Amino acid sequence: MSGNVEQPHSSMSSYLAPLVRDIQPSGIRKFFDLVSASKDIITLGVGEPDFITPWHIREACVYSLERGYTSYTSNAGTPELREAITNYLDQSYQLKYNANDEVLVTVGASEAIDLALRALIVPGDEVLLPVPCYISYNPIIDISGGKTVEVATYAKHDFKIQAEHLLEQITPKSKVLILNYPNNPTGGVMSYEDWLPIVKVVEDNDLIVISDEIYSELTYGSHHVSFASMPGMKDRTLLINGFSKAFAMTGWRMGYVCGHSDLIYAMLKIHQYTVMCAPVMGQVAALEALTNGMDDKDHMVESYNQRRRLVVQGLRDVGLECHEPKGAFYAFPNIQSTGLTSEEFAGRLLTEAKVAAVPGNVFGLGGEGFLRCSYATGVSKLDEALHRIGEFVHKVKQG
Amino acid sequence: MNELSPLKLKLLDLLREDARRNPELLATLVGSSLEETKQAIAELEADNIIVKYATVVNVRKLGDEKVTAIIEVQISPQRGRGFDAIAERVYLFPQVKSVYLMSGGYDLLVEVEGRNLQEVASFVSDKLSPLDSVLSTKTHFILKKYKQDGVIFEDPEDDRRLLITP
Repeated sequence: MSGNVEQPHSSMSSYLAPLVRDIQPSGIRKFFDLVSASKDIITLGVGEPDFITPWHIREACVYSLERGYTSYTSNAGTPELREAITNYLDQSYQLKYNANDEVLVTVGASEAIDLALRALIVPGDEVLLPVPCYISYNPIIDISGGKTVEVATYAKHDFKIQAEHLLEQITPKSKVLILNYPNNPTGGVMSYEDWLPIVKVVEDNDLIVISDEIYSELTYGSHHVSFASMPGMKDRTLLINGFSKAFAMTGWRMGYVCGHSDLIYAMLKIHQYTVMCAPVMGQVAALEALTNGMDDKDHMVESYNQRRRLVVQGLRDVGLECHEPKGAFYAFPNIQSTGLTSEEFAGRLLTEAKVAAVPGNVFGLGGEGFLRCSYATGVSKLDEALHRIGEFVHKVKQG
Repeated sequence: MNELSPLKLKLLDLLREDARRNPELLATLVGSSLEETKQAIAELEADNIIVKYATVVNVRKLGDEKVTAIIEVQISPQRGRGFDAIAERVYLFPQVKSVYLMSGGYDLLVEVEGRNLQEVASFVSDKLSPLDSVLSTKTHFILKKYKQDGVIFEDPEDDRRLLITP
């Protein structure tokens, strides 16, 4: 998201495809503008690691540039990187993919989401989307001609999707289910047992699953269970992952998608005509990350876990209800006890306490009444932010 | 020596990052009780594992003229006590900041700080070289310190991230 996208001149907008013209700016966009105009704030609004990419990864990229690695790679990504990805998925999640035709390296996980929806959706198809969720799925579903059907998740279930709520939304037009666990913005995770009833619904209703597991390495107290690793789910699932969150590589835009070769081949067709291949320097860095970056990743996960405890405890101490987030790097406290809406709370917190956090309502149904607080920020800043939030909540509750 | 508990290892990491962190904050960060945390820190101190809570200073910014030298020292070990006796004679000098026993081309690596070049030179010629077991010394003056104890001295850059991202 950049701060300099100009609105098209009104007289030209009649030329636009209605599908694109009618996409509304996200709530997060409006809030970004508000925050950008403020000074001396502490932000808990950042959806990316506060670490910079470990030096050995950056150095590997620099070295490759010195040696002249500057040409296109094969459309699906370099064979070495695809091999490393399949080895990693096998070792970490007991998933066996063929590096030749079941892996596609993409420009961030975002491209993979776009490719998956474009490859699968026929106008009118319904896409089931558990909410609150990451803000990009809905517009991409719209652009691909699909219809978003929200499936609410709740704090009382730690924001785990429940089979009965999923079943309530299924119609003969249901085709795709998007899953995003560990979850942005709630920090919710799903265990093997949690997945079992969902697996049954997917099977019974012949759904295809797009599982965005970009936060898979950031779990606390339990190991991530990939939906694709559930019995019978591998062929029905497009597994999307990437390097941004695990290895602090957001700006590199490196992601990948794995799945049945028929589906990957279809996505590869779109990918080759739109971006040709993911940038070669990013692919070199990603290979280094998977080959030698696991210790750095472990160190970062431990650091997030420490800050997670600090923020959850701090929010509870100031009287906000907060379920325990077991993945990603977000706490998602309930702010309803203050009597404010999410936007009122976030807006006043910004102007009166100089702390930025994202109002929960921008993440869809069920997000109202919550606030997304990223704890990917230094301990001393978090400490100060919690102090300010405490004073603000106290003031609001005093009336 | 007994292996340290995971709690103690985590506390050491956190205190090495920032020694001013109080027990309340440390307990929250590692997810253990305040009592347990205080006890573990007390034990680390008692066992001389935490030797000292110190401050890393970027001396260049003080504007003072102190000089630091790294001295390679070749020595002949003493019967029965190896290198330890001579190392002790060296490290007891207050101007010696650190002493390491090394593998390779020399035996002791000695870091010496002085008010000026002359002071360090005098230390080497008057105190260090005349010691019986010292065979030779090679003095290297430090011109600039880029990083110490894992801390990079260059002023840190601001957070480059956008303030709000999805």
